[in-house]
Amino acid sequence: MNRKKIYPWYYAAGAAILFFLLCFLPGVLGIAYSFTDWNNFSNEIHFVGLANYKTVFHGNSEYMKYIVNTLWFTVATTVLKTVVGLALGLLLTQTFIKGKNLHRMIIFSPQVMSYLVVGLVFRSMLHPTTGFLNNFLRGIGFGGLAKNWLTDLKFVFPTVILVDTWKGMGYIMVIVIAGLLSVAPEYYEAASIDGASFFKKFTCITLPLLKPVLVNVTVLNVTYGLRVFDMIYSLTNGGPGNATGVINTAVYKEFSKGNLAMGTTLSSILFLVVLSLLYFIIWSMENKEVEV
Amino acid sequence: MKRSIVSIVGNLVSFVISLIVLLPLAVLFINSFKTSAEANRMTLSLPKKWVVENYITVIEKGKLFSSFLNGILYASCSVVIIVILVSAAAFVISRNQKGINRFLYYFIISGIAVPINNVALMKVLQVLHLVNTRIGIILLYAAINIPLSLFLSFGFIATIPREIDEAAVIDGCSPRQLFLRVIVPLIKPIMSTVFVLEFMTVWNDFTMPLYYLNNSRKWPMTLAVYSFFGAFENSWNLVAADIILTLAPVLIVFILGQKYIVGGVSAGSVKG
Repeated sequence: MNRKKIYPWYYAAGAAILFFLLCFLPGVLGIAYSFTDWNNFSNEIHFVGLANYKTVFHGNSEYMKYIVNTLWFTVATTVLKTVVGLALGLLLTQTFIKGKNLHRMIIFSPQVMSYLVVGLVFRSMLHPTTGFLNNFLRGIGFGGLAKNWLTDLKFVFPTVILVDTWKGMGYIMVIVIAGLLSVAPEYYEAASIDGASFFKKFTCITLPLLKPVLVNVTVLNVTYGLRVFDMIYSLTNGGPGNATGVINTAVYKEFSKGNLAMGTTLSSILFLVVLSLLYFIIWSMENKEVEV
Repeated sequence: MKRSIVSIVGNLVSFVISLIVLLPLAVLFINSFKTSAEANRMTLSLPKKWVVENYITVIEKGKLFSSFLNGILYASCSVVIIVILVSAAAFVISRNQKGINRFLYYFIISGIAVPINNVALMKVLQVLHLVNTRIGIILLYAAINIPLSLFLSFGFIATIPREIDEAAVIDGCSPRQLFLRVIVPLIKPIMSTVFVLEFMTVWNDFTMPLYYLNNSRKWPMTLAVYSFFGAFENSWNLVAADIILTLAPVLIVFILGQKYIVGGVSAGSVKG
């Protein structure tokens, strides 16, 4: 049978055109504009070569700070969420835990909330004078531990990372649980008969069989971390100063200042970084069969 | 003996973590019923008098009703577009994986990871006369959520045996009939998942209106609550009530549609 006839190509056209116009085209145009001095204050656009990129990578520019922050945020949240998610997944698949499904549902629930709203929730919880956390600490006599969580340079970055982990750990947990449940119980039975300890079973059965899932989770977390915007914007808006600024908050800042060329340059840098990881990302997405 | 200690500790840890997740929401819920002065020190103590009027104040001052309708409009329209376009595309791409289709598949799903250049997108939207319009934001939401939806549906259609198509074609089905009468009924489960997942993604989004809608009458709930927060940062009771009202719809959808959401999340990353 003629596949071309039964499955006409134009069925895919709608999705492809919409994606091309509003997602792909801006990416390519953005790279073209990053070689210009495009801004809101004049109608003329001049070619400036690599000048924008030089500004970003030259010495200790504030833009370098944003890139470094983005990388730190990505590494820290990826490690934290994977470790916490894996631990929770292991814990909430044990037979002795009561009300497993309720726990799973509660811990997953922040995932369905908007990043923006989560940011606002924690901005009110962590407010230095009126917030719940500091009032609670003072109430139990640990007033010394009450800090300016979102304005003190020493604490703000770890706070942001922890809030992000609070939101994202349930998602990773659910993926890990799906992976764990697909491991045949016979392996554990056989290992128990051979007298393997819990730790031994974990390192010799669970981890190797869970490897594809963990690779996948890492890829998810890394692509999220590099593109983070909402969480930072609503928690600190990049502040204090630019201590928690990341690439995408900087893009928005340049965009609202009318400095469009710099905005598109920063966005293009991110675009190219993710593009260079793309082969690996798609490979991990497709290579996710939890196989033995 | 050792076993029971492990069991107690395990249960305790699960309990504490669930508590850490629930606590912020409980605190906000309680404080949303307090008077302004009482909520100025956020604690878990119950309000002396339950001020339900806070919610009425918030709905009026925060323009919550119109932004709620905007949110519903954007999410439902864009999700309908996604479901129609993606089911058709996934059908032909998954069935005939040669040549241009193969390229199209990888081209589109790369959008799951690759970030959008919001600055240049503004230019594209200006050329298309879509800036600051409802139709623009709906099309935009459809476009950015197509990749993940296609990825999910592609994997699902691949599990439907191709013999079904052949039988239908031998019985005289045209491609359109094959798609509408045979494939569409079979892919309802994955389309429900796509519907619920993408509805929540669009509902929760905040970046797109921030960039492309500067008229507060067109704002969805996320942006409305953000601007409310900025204006009323000293009335924590009102802020709390607004946050609770913004969270309520998604939490209700989550509890009702849990099956689709959790299933979709794990399918998207584990089974494909």
